[in-house]
Amino acid sequence: MKEITVKFILNGEEVSISAPPWFTLLRLLRERLGLTGSKPGCERGECGACTVLLDGEPVTSCLVLAPQVEGRNVQTIEGISEGDNLHPLQQAFIDESAVQCGYCIPGMIVSAKALLDKNDTPTRDEIKRAISGNICRCTGYAKIIRAVEVAAERMKEDEI
Amino acid sequence: MKFNYQRVNTVSEALEVLGGNNKPGKILAGGTDLLVMIQENIISPDEVIDISGIEELKKIEEASGKIRLGALVTHGRITSSEILREKAVVLVESCAEVGSPQIRNLGTIGGNLVMASPSGDTLPALYVLGAEIILAGKEGERALPIEDFMVGVKKSAIRPDELLVAISFPGMGEDSRGFFKKLGQRKALAISKVSVAAVISFQDGVVSSVRIALGAVATTVIRTPRTESCLVGQALTPEVISEASRICSEESRAITDIRSTADYRDEMAGLLLARGLGEIA
Repeated sequence: MKEITVKFILNGEEVSISAPPWFTLLRLLRERLGLTGSKPGCERGECGACTVLLDGEPVTSCLVLAPQVEGRNVQTIEGISEGDNLHPLQQAFIDESAVQCGYCIPGMIVSAKALLDKNDTPTRDEIKRAISGNICRCTGYAKIIRAVEVAAERMKEDEI
Repeated sequence: MKFNYQRVNTVSEALEVLGGNNKPGKILAGGTDLLVMIQENIISPDEVIDISGIEELKKIEEASGKIRLGALVTHGRITSSEILREKAVVLVESCAEVGSPQIRNLGTIGGNLVMASPSGDTLPALYVLGAEIILAGKEGERALPIEDFMVGVKKSAIRPDELLVAISFPGMGEDSRGFFKKLGQRKALAISKVSVAAVISFQDGVVSSVRIALGAVATTVIRTPRTESCLVGQALTPEVISEASRICSEESRAITDIRSTADYRDEMAGLLLARGLGEIA
């Protein structure tokens, strides 16, 4: 079957790439664009390891078809840092030891970024709700939630 | 997972494809059910018709007291809509319980309806809002009350050449309160074991009218007429709430399946109702 060409904004840059139409956005990113930060987990929308921002909103990239992102804006974990400068969320996850095996962390950070983009002083409950679609089997979540709180505090301080 | 892909950009284009001679493909909107079914080999369509880019189906409109939601409005947009928070709080609360943030940003209200799952969270809310489902076909649009649209487990009254284009319902008045309560295995990404939706109008401190619907207990959403009549004319005192809760558990007559047992569901239906009534009393 014929491949189709998809044009979209990926991490701030326009890309044009071809893929079979049944490729999910997740496969497109990993297999055609070499961006393996978004992880395949359950591949049925339940674990959140493949979370990316589509037009600024978190979505599971395993449930989006590649041709559906035509003309849209996609941000992945690779586009969250500025070059070698880690995003405050990434630094806070390191500082708070919020990472064990690490598989869920790209999705966690993308979901947390979607929250902080809209709400710079989230409550603990708002953080829990924002990452409720991301499953972690190692940490018990406490340190992840703490890392998001620390990142929010630091980002607030930087503004002042 | 392999299929041909076709994108349609307008409703008329979609209807042309659906009305064609060939066996129509599967419609892709939010993808949160369709792509899972394809991944798991439950279905393997030859063709997928992508309607997710049809802009005319993404509107939330209000005209002369009625609200019209385009079929492609996502659960996420419903939960953040000012007008729906004000006039359809029961629907907003139900959409907030769907899946996860990621799923709510993809899944659409039209998709939840055509899937016609008895545990679809928006369904009981749309029952108590008195929603009509607008279906477009070659001969134009027809509107079906939601009770007539839902035929059975995963069966709706939509015809293969039709497209669900919108949902229409009267906005809740200022004297009305509503709620949606759900019980699942956990708070996110859980399919309902039981859900309860209600819209209640008050006059001079007593209930003047009430609609209650239960989700996930039977093959389709059910209403609870005896519970409703026991509430009319009453103030929501603890005694009245407790009696309504008891009758609601009786009326639930739930089924046992992989997610829960009949007895547990019956009891929880009453409990969720009591919780919701307690909050608005």
